[in-house]
Amino acid sequence: MTTSSAERSLTDASAGSPRGGRRRRPTSRQRTVTGRWSRVSYVFVSGYALLALAFGVLPTLYAVFIAFLDGDGRFAGIANFTRVVGDFRFWPAVLHVGAFLLVWLVALLVLVTLLALLVHGIGRRWLSSSIRFVYYIPGALAGASSVVLWLFVLNPSVSPVAAVLRAFGFETFVQTVSPANLPVVFAIIAFWTGAGGWIVVMYGALNSIPDEVLEAARMDGAGVVRTALHIQLPMLRKWISYMAVMSLATGAQLFVEPRVLSQASHAVVPSDWSLNQLAYLYAFKQQDLNGSSAIAVILLVVSLGLSTFFVVRGGLFERD
Amino acid sequence: MTTPHTRERLTRIPTRSVALVTVLGASMLALAACTPGASTAEEPDSQYGFPIVEQKADAPITVWVDASRQPAADAFKAAYPEIPITVETYDGGADGSGSFQTKVQAFNQAGSGWPDVVFSTQNNDAAWASQGDEPFAAPLNKGYFEQSFLDGFTEGALTPLTVDGTVYGLRNDLAPTVTWYDQSLMDEFGYTVPTTWEEYQELGEKVAAEHPGYIIGGVGDAFAEEIYFWGAKAPVNTVVDANTLSSDTSDPYAQDMAAIIDDLLDAGVLAQENVFSPEFVQKYTGKVLMLPGPVWYSGALFSNPDSLNAKPGTIAAGLPLAWEGEDAVAGNVGGGTWFISQHSANLDSAKKFLEFVTSDERYQVDLASGLPAYEAAADKWLAKQAEAGFFAGDFAENVSTASTQVWDGWGYPRFSQEAVWAKTVTPKLAAGESLVDLLSEWEAAIENEAQVNGYTIQ
Repeated sequence: MTTSSAERSLTDASAGSPRGGRRRRPTSRQRTVTGRWSRVSYVFVSGYALLALAFGVLPTLYAVFIAFLDGDGRFAGIANFTRVVGDFRFWPAVLHVGAFLLVWLVALLVLVTLLALLVHGIGRRWLSSSIRFVYYIPGALAGASSVVLWLFVLNPSVSPVAAVLRAFGFETFVQTVSPANLPVVFAIIAFWTGAGGWIVVMYGALNSIPDEVLEAARMDGAGVVRTALHIQLPMLRKWISYMAVMSLATGAQLFVEPRVLSQASHAVVPSDWSLNQLAYLYAFKQQDLNGSSAIAVILLVVSLGLSTFFVVRGGLFERD
Repeated sequence: MTTPHTRERLTRIPTRSVALVTVLGASMLALAACTPGASTAEEPDSQYGFPIVEQKADAPITVWVDASRQPAADAFKAAYPEIPITVETYDGGADGSGSFQTKVQAFNQAGSGWPDVVFSTQNNDAAWASQGDEPFAAPLNKGYFEQSFLDGFTEGALTPLTVDGTVYGLRNDLAPTVTWYDQSLMDEFGYTVPTTWEEYQELGEKVAAEHPGYIIGGVGDAFAEEIYFWGAKAPVNTVVDANTLSSDTSDPYAQDMAAIIDDLLDAGVLAQENVFSPEFVQKYTGKVLMLPGPVWYSGALFSNPDSLNAKPGTIAAGLPLAWEGEDAVAGNVGGGTWFISQHSANLDSAKKFLEFVTSDERYQVDLASGLPAYEAAADKWLAKQAEAGFFAGDFAENVSTASTQVWDGWGYPRFSQEAVWAKTVTPKLAAGESLVDLLSEWEAAIENEAQVNGYTIQ
């Protein structure tokens, strides 16, 4: 019993952790296996690396490059940056995305951790795994189609939860998607699509905590809450910051949700709500690729800065 | 168990996180790598007034339509089965979504991929489609289309599509606003149909008191400003010249109209729902006493079995409302437009298509739901409506009068007034704010939007 669960936690740890879990000195048999497999692993990794290079790194570098050029390809200094920052749509978009990130990240970090702890605490295996499966389902829907589903949920005249909307005083779709509600609306949509996946990840992380540690805590008289607060949470720290970094990157680039909602609401949700939408308008409505790149670069710098904060504070790159 | 998931997140997040940069970057790389082929293939041809690309007589034409114009494309296919055509539907740029413009801009970056023919619901599209290093829209009156054909359009129909004397597109239908009303309800309640905005306001107050639940108009649409402010001669959208715009919501016409709307909203006789929404149909079927709005409400709302589905002989189209003591003017909501791409490799087929969909009876008279812009077709369409007797009153006479009354003080700038109104005013009206108080905010939003689109404000 103990052996099997210890084995399980080891497998989970090495499979679930992005850094491969605790480093163990490889035995000689393992070394040859590693040697043979490492060549194969390059093949596997190369697919990702090439695509990341072609569609991630190179375009990013190109964006950084043209963000400092004017329309005729001459060096423009920071003119593009001052222009987009001075745009009347820029600061509202920053506020929108900021408010969305705040609501969403806090909800995600708190609720996902809490739900993962709860699911992990369920003794019955079948119940726990079916709950995890149910959490995960919405994440299987692609971005735009899940927004379409939410169009119905948010419209009091067709919504299955119309009573809830009415309780908040929303009688029409336009009232539901009024500007003040949008950050929360998008946060709920994003939570609904993304949280399930993270709960599964957190569950895996919880499995990586050795049973001996938990057992020792129990022997010392720690209850469920104390164990969660003093054992499980500190050991999940890296995972939580990993989730924060990844979600921050996704969230700062909010695009699909407001775009679909804008068309569906007959433009009541503005087409320039988020920063990424503004970058899109710059590129494809104003024919200003340089300005668009400037917005992209600003987003990149801010996201990198915040990610660094989470990485450092979360000890993401520390070894155990 | 966690591995596949983790991997999925890892691949999914970067994919999404670079999505935008990718689109930009990939297209720019493509550009940098091969330089746009268009400019090399083109040879300036003064015959049509624009550089035409190499023509292929059997090249299929790609046509973009909105869902409502699908029958036009189908009718063309039936009439000319020998002409290969690919039909794609898109949102038609409705509510100023800008999808036509953004897609064309992406094709400009890629240097290929343009559709041959595009339908747009926004009649201000010529303002941008005629401009730039690589204008999208082909000039039509510089030798491409016969002047005799262009002269067949109702006077003024091509004005929104004309920039400096050059016609860049053809009008599908005319969309002057008229005063729709329910004759049977008017008779039942013993009301007379108002002819001025002042009488309209009085009637609204009376309806609120005597027959609550009935409406005499609606402000829930992105185009509400084109019905009420355009039709009230409010100088909110004055395009002074190609790069100058002026907007004045402190003008008495604008102030008075806003006060009327506030008053009627308080009275509860204006719908706040979008006329295409299920709520509108649900709440107001049989409850529409009046509804100032474009001519195309005829097919889109009143005779549409999926919408208000009015009983034959009840709905009438009255003349546009006037300010007391002044001449009436009409507003205008869209009226679709057809464009041909300068990049088309089959200008002959594209021309045939445009001539068919704008003037041929098999579409404009038999199938179209709005008033055709092509005069001969319009006469037949009106005669057909009169014969069908669906509408009460003098439908043909009033509609053709309205189509000559569209106020020319409202311009066609490079951005959408509908989108500005929808995002600045609609949600605040729904939250119960007063339109009079919102006017200055609306004006500021218009001026901001104009400035980022290259206008100076006068």
